[in-house]
Amino acid sequence: MKAFIHSRRFVIFLFLLPAAFFCILYLVAPIPISAYYSFFDWRGLNQGRFIGWENWKRLINDRVFWLSVKNNFKLVFFSLITQIPIGLILAALLSSKIKGSRLFKVIFFIPMLISSVAVAFLWRYMYDPYFGLINNFFRLIGLDRFALDWLGDPGLAFYSVVVATCWQYIPLYMIIFMAGITSIPEELYEAAKIDGATSFQTFWRITIPLLWPTIVNAAVLVIVGSLKYFALIFALTGGGPNHASEVMATYMYVKAFTEMRMGYGSTISFSLFMIAFTVSVFFLYITNLRKNSRW
Amino acid sequence: MRDLNLFQKIIIYLMLIIWLIITGYPIIFLLQNSFKGNIEFFTTPVWSMPASLKFNNYRAVVIDSGFYKYFINSIIVCAVSVFLIIFVSSLAGYAIARINFRFSNAVFMFFVAGMMIPIHSTLIPVYRMTLSLGVYDTLTGLIGPYVAFSLPVSIFILTGFIREIPVELEEAAIIDGASYYQLFSQVVFPLTKPAVSTVAIYNFTLLWNEFAYALVLTSSPEKRILTLGLFEFQSAYGVDIPKTLTALFLSLLPLLIVYIFFQEKIISGMTAGAIKG
Repeated sequence: MKAFIHSRRFVIFLFLLPAAFFCILYLVAPIPISAYYSFFDWRGLNQGRFIGWENWKRLINDRVFWLSVKNNFKLVFFSLITQIPIGLILAALLSSKIKGSRLFKVIFFIPMLISSVAVAFLWRYMYDPYFGLINNFFRLIGLDRFALDWLGDPGLAFYSVVVATCWQYIPLYMIIFMAGITSIPEELYEAAKIDGATSFQTFWRITIPLLWPTIVNAAVLVIVGSLKYFALIFALTGGGPNHASEVMATYMYVKAFTEMRMGYGSTISFSLFMIAFTVSVFFLYITNLRKNSRW
Repeated sequence: MRDLNLFQKIIIYLMLIIWLIITGYPIIFLLQNSFKGNIEFFTTPVWSMPASLKFNNYRAVVIDSGFYKYFINSIIVCAVSVFLIIFVSSLAGYAIARINFRFSNAVFMFFVAGMMIPIHSTLIPVYRMTLSLGVYDTLTGLIGPYVAFSLPVSIFILTGFIREIPVELEEAAIIDGASYYQLFSQVVFPLTKPAVSTVAIYNFTLLWNEFAYALVLTSSPEKRILTLGLFEFQSAYGVDIPKTLTALFLSLLPLLIVYIFFQEKIISGMTAGAIKG
């Protein structure tokens, strides 16, 4: 018995068991279960009724679902073109030899510590048409016509969400880029200075090219991360107004847990999995091909 | 990088100060308006300082509306989860990194692939499972999914770290007749402290701010964690703006206080976790 307990096989089994238990139960099993549920008409807590491909047929023709998919990818796109450049600029600014850059960095990172729910509520007070900070600011400087209904206007709500997500996640990319800039050899900057390069030129000709692998990896993080937004949008707009800021996760939540249509919710949920998983695998595969990538 | 002239310095500081206002002012706005009464809030400009420093709102939020319970719940759930995450992932990391077996790499890939599963695509099955396990609306019910979702990154970080530990230390212990259990608990685990602290910080901040599972797996006010408490408070007291601002500020406070003491550790821990994930 003692020999068995100390045998290599048993130790491997024992050490991997807890991790395997949690991962299989909560991560792996839910995916096929979700696929299975998608074939049922299942409302509330009653037993489901098998309906074959009905949910999937409905999904194909569900205008709101496709709108949420489109919004999800739009969110990926806008996150890319805002979070990466602003993060990069802030990193470059903080990496220049100025006094107090550490303090700036520490304060700039704070939004990353705030829960998405709190970020959403904070931005509700930024955007409020009457007492919100943004509109008060515009009124203060006499630009009353810019005092808009940021979350209530279907044409604006999506972009208001984008701004809030930027506010939350830019610090992460700023820190990643700062770490990248630190690893660029100082000599290159000195050589550039001797050659009479301007700060702008050194940024474009040295910082950006040498940071490129880091930028690509950060872009993958933005893409994969942007497909997973839920809490922020759910608490900020609830996907509204009129689905203007709906994403797959919020739509799934509404169908499954507000309307209690678990079968149809599972259909959306499994689609969400397939889309996010495919995109993640695709981009991680591409970046892993670049063996020279470093952080 | 290089020496800057005065003009460049002014531009840099100007841009940094603009971002400082964008980042910092919303939080100051919370703080200054949380001291106002509801009537005071609606009759004074939002930038004005409160007439007096009354803690009425704070007392109302923390004690009368039960925010203190949400704090306690969050601390319990996060502490238990992080403890389990460290235990489970270092065991797995040790087995994968140190006990050579045929499928060790496949097992590693299996765990790490878990990172690519979006949390929201598991909500419905996990909700059903939690109901049938009889842990719906309990703090225990939250711990399972919390541990599971933190494991892939944690196993990734710890396995990588354990691989870097020199084998000689274990070889010496093996000669002294140490078992696998002793090797793990007395030689390897104590050496993983830096990686364990990264894993702990990253997962603690992430779980402290978790919302989706709490929303789906709990329902009664006694079982709310902080993020859900904040969400429900907003729906219930939305008309009393200064009180909701107080609740919001209070929800940020715990991590901000910890952050004051461990800035660099938290920044590096969160970034490492995010990069690996």
